[in-house]
Amino acid sequence: MDENGLRQLIGEVKRGRVTRRQFMQRMVGLGLTAPLAAQMLAYSGIAQAQAKSAYKPTKRGGGGALKVLWWQGATLLNPHFAVGTKDQEGSRIFYEPLAAWDPDGNLVPILAAEIPSIQNGGLAADGKSVTWKLKKGVQWHDGKPFTADDVVFNWEYSSDPATATVTIGSYQDIKVEKLDSHTVRVRFSKPTPFWADAFVSTRGMIIPKHLFETYKGGKSREAPTNLKPIGTGPYKFVDFKPGDMVRGQINTAYHEPNRPYFDTIEMKGGGDAVSAARAVMQTGEFDYAWNVQVEDEILLRMEKDGRGRADIVAGGNIEFIAVNSTDPWTEVDGERSSAKTKHPLLSDPAVRDALNLLVDRQAVQDHIYGRTGVATRNFLNNPERFRSKNTNWEFSVEKANQALEAAGWKRGSDGIRAKDGRKLKFVFQTSINAPRQKTQAIIKQACQKAGIELELKAVTASVFFSSDVGNPDTYTKFYCDLEMYTTTMTQPDPQVFMDQFCSWQIATKENKWQGRNISRWRSDEYDKAWRAAENELDPVKRAALFMRMNDLAIEARAVIPVVFRPRVSAVSNKLRAPLSGWDIDFWLLKDWYREA
Amino acid sequence: MGRYVLRRLLIALPSLIGISIVLFAVLALAPGDPFEELATNPNVPAEVRANLRAKFGLDDPVALRYVRWSAAMMNGDWGFSFVSRIDVDQLILQRLPVTLFVIGSSQVLALLIALPIGVYAATRPYSLFDQIANTFAFIGFSLPTFFTGILFILVFSIQLDWLPFVYRSDIAETGWRWWWEHGKQALMPIAVLGLFQGASWTRYVRSAVLDVIRLDYVTTARSKGLGEIAVVVKHVVRNALIPVVTLVALQMPAIFGGAIVTEQIFRVPGIGSLLISSILANDTPVIMAVTFVFSCLVILFNLLADLLYGWLDPRISYS
Repeated sequence: MDENGLRQLIGEVKRGRVTRRQFMQRMVGLGLTAPLAAQMLAYSGIAQAQAKSAYKPTKRGGGGALKVLWWQGATLLNPHFAVGTKDQEGSRIFYEPLAAWDPDGNLVPILAAEIPSIQNGGLAADGKSVTWKLKKGVQWHDGKPFTADDVVFNWEYSSDPATATVTIGSYQDIKVEKLDSHTVRVRFSKPTPFWADAFVSTRGMIIPKHLFETYKGGKSREAPTNLKPIGTGPYKFVDFKPGDMVRGQINTAYHEPNRPYFDTIEMKGGGDAVSAARAVMQTGEFDYAWNVQVEDEILLRMEKDGRGRADIVAGGNIEFIAVNSTDPWTEVDGERSSAKTKHPLLSDPAVRDALNLLVDRQAVQDHIYGRTGVATRNFLNNPERFRSKNTNWEFSVEKANQALEAAGWKRGSDGIRAKDGRKLKFVFQTSINAPRQKTQAIIKQACQKAGIELELKAVTASVFFSSDVGNPDTYTKFYCDLEMYTTTMTQPDPQVFMDQFCSWQIATKENKWQGRNISRWRSDEYDKAWRAAENELDPVKRAALFMRMNDLAIEARAVIPVVFRPRVSAVSNKLRAPLSGWDIDFWLLKDWYREA
Repeated sequence: MGRYVLRRLLIALPSLIGISIVLFAVLALAPGDPFEELATNPNVPAEVRANLRAKFGLDDPVALRYVRWSAAMMNGDWGFSFVSRIDVDQLILQRLPVTLFVIGSSQVLALLIALPIGVYAATRPYSLFDQIANTFAFIGFSLPTFFTGILFILVFSIQLDWLPFVYRSDIAETGWRWWWEHGKQALMPIAVLGLFQGASWTRYVRSAVLDVIRLDYVTTARSKGLGEIAVVVKHVVRNALIPVVTLVALQMPAIFGGAIVTEQIFRVPGIGSLLISSILANDTPVIMAVTFVFSCLVILFNLLADLLYGWLDPRISYS
């Protein structure tokens, strides 16, 4: 779908022929993120649907204890130091950002009075600044008022390299100024289409200036508030044991009426995913369990007990196979899979096509992942097929055989195809993980039927995903022909996500294999489109550029998507917990309640 | 006696230094760092991670890092956790009470099982009681704790719904309710650890008592008209206990290790689970501190066992 197609589709949304939700789904189906799609609609003057809150309680408190289980416990409670999701979630109980992402990719104001838009003058026409109006009458847990000074301070705090924050990436290239006591302006050095990064969602939680002011820079670790957070959130801090327990109690001065519902909150950490699901769905000891990566079969069995359900939220995690563009078996300048080489077999498009035809995604979904892994043609999709509503990716041993035959790969006496004395033999690696090994086996079987021999290799996850320069088995080194892993696309804007096919991101010895382009595929046209999208202010044009990039990478078969992996949580049947695939689980904790 | 203890403590020093060097080197050679998670998050620029590494001194040579660590350790500074950014001693102190309570209770339970059953079985070898005790002991120590732990959860939590299987160190109750809740949640982990340990100790106690009970002095004691209880308690058990004491003392630190698995299963926030999560997060200062505490405990309990010998057997003296 190109720019015109997009504009037509948006026109149909305007005329009411296509619903907002359908549009979102299509865009996500095309490999875009929901927030980007929402941005397109907002830009085209289609007002964001007023999110109808399903929150029912009519008074604050009285809900008893909310007990949630995180099989990896929060280890710290300063959002600017939060290394992983667990820490962000723990911090989110007490701290809040200016805005959060809802499941449809819309921004929802939390500490902001409204979402900046071109219509309300929040967004500058040149894309170089955004003005946030802050909610008035918000109090920190210690009774001090929340003002623009706090917001400006967070920028100063995070962007100071000596503070050693992990959020610095969102704050170092911007300038933040206070306009009045409840208005701040964020200035960008160049036109920035995606402005909702600083102060938004996981990286935008605001910490109080009056308690952190003296602990900016080198002394950041000494701040007592690091361990005893004082925020604006629905629950006040009670107690924290790193890796084990976070406890909070109701904030009776919370800035929204009738919220929160629960009197106390307990976030228990540790253990494993299966027993976490059990504690919610079978014994009912807990109300909610985070990220239960459990085989669907087990989840279904637990659901039969009738105490809880698995809540499956579409995010953007995709399990895919990377196809090596370089030669992993020849060493050039001290590294294998060097960008200077070309893969002797996989450089033949026919071989890549055949491999793509040999991945039986439906079988992988049906027999391995169930609801927790939906077969996908997504990631980088073929729009043609999408428009024709032929949503089935193809799995055909026959067609794969034809393609290989036509390209001159003839079967030898051992049944393996060969051309010019080179046999179609590949090494296919992934991390050790039962569903992945089963998927490998399914693909190997299909390949055998087409005369391709796959040697399966499984590497311990801690090595495979490590960045250890000395280890040859890391996924970024990619010292083999094919490899399978999951990439996350939970970030709301695809710009960063899509840099994994840019030529300057190729993982090499020089950048210590930290480059994000693992398949080492390169295309000048792709690079150009990516750079254009970086500064393109018209979201529709920008979306078209991303789709073009999708097309380029998928046509070249730089990757073969397998299944799309939604986020799974275990939720007690009575608990109402709105979840969003574009933000963390606690994005709307203030609205959690238990039905009578 | 005092000089003996002093000498032993002085000998322990070089071994502790050796242990710490080996531990440090192994951890330094292991792949990964505490900021691994940042590497897979494309929204975090690679420099952020590089800066953090530099700030926490992870890029310095191993030898320099070791010297820095040991110098700080001498001054009582255990360093701070890279993951939580709080002091390691604080982290360990938070976890210690729970571990001591759970492990301590399970050891007491194990002794309460092993001593009476072992002694009684030995005084009546090959009787029906002995056979049954032996069989159960055999089953008990053949089943690993992770298996019995999960079995207990399936039976008592999921099937019968009697006991909770998530251990919470903070229980928002007071008075007898607090004791009740606490007892309920501690029952399964303590039983799992205690039964496992009790089973193997029963067999040791039995064989130790069996060795002694046939000796001539026991027959003499009986023949001079002492009651059976006096013979067993005063003459047999005291002598039979010597090898058992060694065993119990030497296994003490290992129990901390064994508890890692049980703590993980029941989510007991003890030292073991702290160690596991630190290892998974590559949090070197915490791993160093905890393993170092373990090695100190091994050395300490060795010494303790030797001292107990002297008390149990007056023939052994350290003067």
